[in-house]
Amino acid sequence: MAEEVKLIGMWGSPFSRRVEIALKLKGVQYDYIEDDLTNKSPLLLKSNPVHKKVPVLLHNGKPIAESLVILEYIDETWKANPILPQHPYDRAMARFWAKYIDEKCMLALWNACWCEKKDREKAVEEAKVCLKTLENELKDKKFFGGESIGLVDIAANFIGFWVGVIGEVVGVELLTIDKFPILCKWRDEYLGCSVIKENLPSKEKLGAYFRTRVESASQSK
Amino acid sequence: MGDEIILLDFWPSMFGMRVRLALAEKGLKYEYKEEDLRNKSPLLLEMNPVHKQIPVLIHNGKPICESLIIVQYIDEVWHDKSPLLPSDPYQRAQARFWADYVDKKLYGLGRKVWSTKGEEQETAKKEFIECLKLLEGELGEKPYFGGEKIGFVDVALVTFSCWFYAYESCGNFSIEAECPKLIAWTKRCKEKESVSSSLEDPHKVHGFVMGMRKRFGIE
Repeated sequence: MAEEVKLIGMWGSPFSRRVEIALKLKGVQYDYIEDDLTNKSPLLLKSNPVHKKVPVLLHNGKPIAESLVILEYIDETWKANPILPQHPYDRAMARFWAKYIDEKCMLALWNACWCEKKDREKAVEEAKVCLKTLENELKDKKFFGGESIGLVDIAANFIGFWVGVIGEVVGVELLTIDKFPILCKWRDEYLGCSVIKENLPSKEKLGAYFRTRVESASQSK
Repeated sequence: MGDEIILLDFWPSMFGMRVRLALAEKGLKYEYKEEDLRNKSPLLLEMNPVHKQIPVLIHNGKPICESLIIVQYIDEVWHDKSPLLPSDPYQRAQARFWADYVDKKLYGLGRKVWSTKGEEQETAKKEFIECLKLLEGELGEKPYFGGEKIGFVDVALVTFSCWFYAYESCGNFSIEAECPKLIAWTKRCKEKESVSSSLEDPHKVHGFVMGMRKRFGIE
């Protein structure tokens, strides 16, 4: 039976790229549909009426939204290269860390880069607490998932790539090797994986995108 | 071999109640430990060093944190009895989506309803009702979100129902008037022993909220 898999995404979104990593890891063929988030498509609005956000996976016409929900769905539907561990306790840990990255880390890292100068010191401290927590969790493992990439590594794509790009644009270096040697080593291994490398936006394009953001923010002051 | 299950909890927490409910659904015996959140126990700080929050489930000495993650863990370990998540991957994804929706929206808005005044409260009330209406729509004509039986989304949402009286009283509105089908669903759920034994008395919750308002100086 022919299977139809479509992904509505946005080239610069780490959430969208997470889904692409998972699909590629499992060798799933899919059609990618780029959405202009400044002018959301009828398909996106129909497929994700609740949040109106990307990514949305459409499997045989049925939509699934929220990147972590999509990742679990992909893992349950296509069995090659599992991204979640087998044992319930390990699965609970993976979900915990993926959620920590989504709800605490990404927000803290984003704030540290984009907040007002007067709030910067505190925001950077909070971001560093998150990074330290992840550093401690990683310990001597090659990846959060162990020997191979798992759910948490996929969720951490923002930390592996976006943080560095944004940091360069705004002049805030967060992931430094002196403070976070383990996490930096993880980042290098991570970015060396072909399935990751091939599912990242271009550094130049992403940098330019954020540079525009900085410029328009300073112009509106 | 006997399983040792300990739950670190705080009685009014709708998140803690989710775990109590899941454990009850599975007929599991456990030790309940009440935490004083203004004076957290060394055990809590050791078992949840990242968030230092309840609920924490300790299963044979190993901690699991975050209520929905705990509920999924319980469902996976004790999978033979009263499954909470459906077996079909697409339906599981839908259940996870809606439980995540409850988490993202309801607590924050509910908190604003009881802890703010004036325009901020009015806005929160409106959004809160809109969320409940969306959930009511998702329930549709089904007896439970899980279909014929209580499921993951029912567990995620029903524990908020014992806070409804407190929200209504602080916000001066009626949830039943706006979402009668949802209230009917809460009553249906409470007919189950596992639910009624896990939910706190709404008047007791209301008393707790009044105490909090006083402490925060909201009048």
